Amino acid sequence: MTGEAPKPTPTEQLIQAFQQLLPDEAVLTDTEDLRPFECDGLSVYRRLPMVVVLPETVEQVQAIMRLCFAAKVPVVARGAGTGLSGGALPLEDGVLLSLAKFKQILDIDPQNAMATVQPGVRNLAISDAAAAHGLYYAPDPSSQIACTIGGNVAENSGGVHCLKYGLTVHNILQLKIVTVDGELLTIGSETLDSPGYDLLALMTGSEGMLGIFVEITVKLLAKPERAQVVLAAFDDVTKAGEAVGEIIAAGIIPAGLEMMDKLAIQAAEDFAHACYPRDAEAILLCELDGSNAEVSEQIMTVHKVLKQSGATEVRTAKDEAERQLFWKGRKSAFPAVGRISPDYYCMDGTIPRRQLPKVLRFMSELSNEYGLAVANVFHAGDGNLHPLILFDANTPGELQRTEEFGRRILEFCVEVGGTITGEHGVGMEKIDQMCVQFQSAELSQFHAIKKAFDPENLLNPGKAVPTLHRCAEFGAMHVHNGQLAHPELERF
Amino acid sequence: MVNQSISELLQTQVQQAVKNGHRLNIVGGGSKHFLGRQGQGATLNISQHRGIIEYDPHELVITARAGTPLQEIEHALADKQQMLAFEPPHFGEHATLGGTIAAGLSGPRRPYAGSARDFMLGCKVLNGKGEIMQFGGRVMKNVAGYDVSRLMTGAYGTLGVILELSLKVLPRPAASVTLFNECSEADAILFMSGLLSKALPVDACCYYKGQSYVRLSGSKQSVVDAQKKLLGERLNQRSHFWQRLREHELSFFNRDKPLWRILVKPTTPTLAIDGEWLLDWGGAQRWLYSDADAADIRKIVQQYNGHATLFRNGDRHDVFQPLAAPMQLLQQRIKTSFDPDNVFNPGRMYAEI
Repeated sequence: MTGEAPKPTPTEQLIQAFQQLLPDEAVLTDTEDLRPFECDGLSVYRRLPMVVVLPETVEQVQAIMRLCFAAKVPVVARGAGTGLSGGALPLEDGVLLSLAKFKQILDIDPQNAMATVQPGVRNLAISDAAAAHGLYYAPDPSSQIACTIGGNVAENSGGVHCLKYGLTVHNILQLKIVTVDGELLTIGSETLDSPGYDLLALMTGSEGMLGIFVEITVKLLAKPERAQVVLAAFDDVTKAGEAVGEIIAAGIIPAGLEMMDKLAIQAAEDFAHACYPRDAEAILLCELDGSNAEVSEQIMTVHKVLKQSGATEVRTAKDEAERQLFWKGRKSAFPAVGRISPDYYCMDGTIPRRQLPKVLRFMSELSNEYGLAVANVFHAGDGNLHPLILFDANTPGELQRTEEFGRRILEFCVEVGGTITGEHGVGMEKIDQMCVQFQSAELSQFHAIKKAFDPENLLNPGKAVPTLHRCAEFGAMHVHNGQLAHPELERF
Repeated sequence: MVNQSISELLQTQVQQAVKNGHRLNIVGGGSKHFLGRQGQGATLNISQHRGIIEYDPHELVITARAGTPLQEIEHALADKQQMLAFEPPHFGEHATLGGTIAAGLSGPRRPYAGSARDFMLGCKVLNGKGEIMQFGGRVMKNVAGYDVSRLMTGAYGTLGVILELSLKVLPRPAASVTLFNECSEADAILFMSGLLSKALPVDACCYYKGQSYVRLSGSKQSVVDAQKKLLGERLNQRSHFWQRLREHELSFFNRDKPLWRILVKPTTPTLAIDGEWLLDWGGAQRWLYSDADAADIRKIVQQYNGHATLFRNGDRHDVFQPLAAPMQLLQQRIKTSFDPDNVFNPGRMYAEI
């Protein structure tokens, strides 16, 4: 009696189907090959996927989605994996779909100021390719050397120039997506709007929950004639915060308006030698761009406003080299803080700017309470905070205390009229804080939207939008632990 | 308190309509009733739900109830030298903020500053179950949850009743000058699209009756310098040219024929459709008065990856460019996710949604 070969399991069948579809090296199943995909930029969350696939054509993506849809296997899409909220965290029983091979810039159209690219193209590569035409792609997340445009669209990435030039959602025109069942759909168009609902906005920032992006058309802008940066030092953080509002009230929209507190200044200065005043309690970096005349006029106004707001020192970068140096300090703030502490945890709330003093006070109280230091870098122009909590993961319990500290900061952001995430996304990290930001009607609406695209809940399930059940548990736990922020405040 | 009870009243009206299987036709000031397909159902009037809730010029955000007259918003902003940078058309003195956003219309500054949806930050809406929901917020950057606020923009009220909304506002430019210059349409198309890759403070650009018009805005000196780089004569500011273009008050718009709004890429050459043309948005939005067959117009426009909307007059059955089947089904499912019983503005955009 000859025994028949055992029937392959559904998982084995799926992997075999991938192997028929793709070259051998594009289907990864060995643990050591899966390891690089176990986390994104938020490495405290790690999980190995069942299989990694690396397609290189749209047809292959469609075929993969059809197979997964038929087998009811979940799919997590991934670009460069630089995200900071665990959005690309794999699922143990799921497929990790890497778009790393979609690296081509398909078209630069300088006459219509647009570019069509594949999702795996790096953010900065678009601006590099457009530079010959005097054009660039405006959103510039700090990871722009590495992060891909597909991931930028999935997260609605920002950067230091958002206040003037907008987020990703303001700078894209058209998306081609593969739906959960393998259909190719065009969302938006090459024109300035499209018939029907504005699905382009809905897709942007949807964290891989609604479709797989396979082609993106972005808007390009003319490079401004001149850019100049002004640095101002303050002996008080509150004064710096107020100066931000005064610059804007003077009718100026800076291209970038960044704030750093003392700990961040000192760390950045030690790291980048950016000529920052080490003794300042806060500095502002205010970048102005536009025509030569406009920039000159605005520098004068900004100087005046900063002095009136109590700046102890105001400097304009004397040349392009110094401008780059001022920015180098800011842009290296994260790694600089990484040098002074074994680990740091980067938060991402947004608040109405006038609430800044209150929020800073709250963080400093918490810092004492938890015995953990906080360095603050802040996209001050648009109210986006990035507190960096310093901790040591090797000290037992310190990561948990850090996470709790972070959660309380985000919940306070909601309390003062802001939001739990300005640009990093909800992902895995802030899923419980979604229960604080939204009521059940809104969460149910999000699930209903997801269902319209993904009825079987196969696209990046479990991220971005919590179930009502999870929120009920979170709420119960929350009150039980007495964590409700500021019980002294009236609640409506 | 009064507004609180008005929003509760609206909620009750919606809940009763759902219960009784009625349809609701959402109306603000009634200034945009001519847009889209014919409204159906009992009137749900939101014009009493009005008033600015919060406006702090330092924050660049205004929050107001949907029934607030657009004029009131614009006056409040102008008092602080700020503006709605998408320059929304009013199409009538009773235009409301809610109607402006529901129609998603933007004026001449749109290609350079952004559209109505670009400035949308958050909203409070009533869904088709009569629940009040809040999305987005009053801050510039917010990626928590799907971007429902922007989805509401231009949805013609078919997804829900906008109760309140927050918009980003911007400072008004210190100076503004318009230059006009005689040229052919083909030259104008080249010239206007060419401006997109030039670092000039252009914030409006159109071609009308054999002349190109370019508006330069910014600081005084910046506008003076930019003028030297372009050809053309200065237009008298008192002609209110851009406002009349935005409001369709130029003599061009004095016609009874069907008016088409055609969206194409700026470099798209002159389209072979009989009629009278005005090119706005630097050539990206083209107005056409034509008796040509709707299907023929759409066919030609689609060859250039564009789309055509029957903006005024004509047969109001197929107003918007038809959607391909998979897209239509997806949009229907989205409609159902907000308004399962099809209560709001049924058929206002498409027969199916």
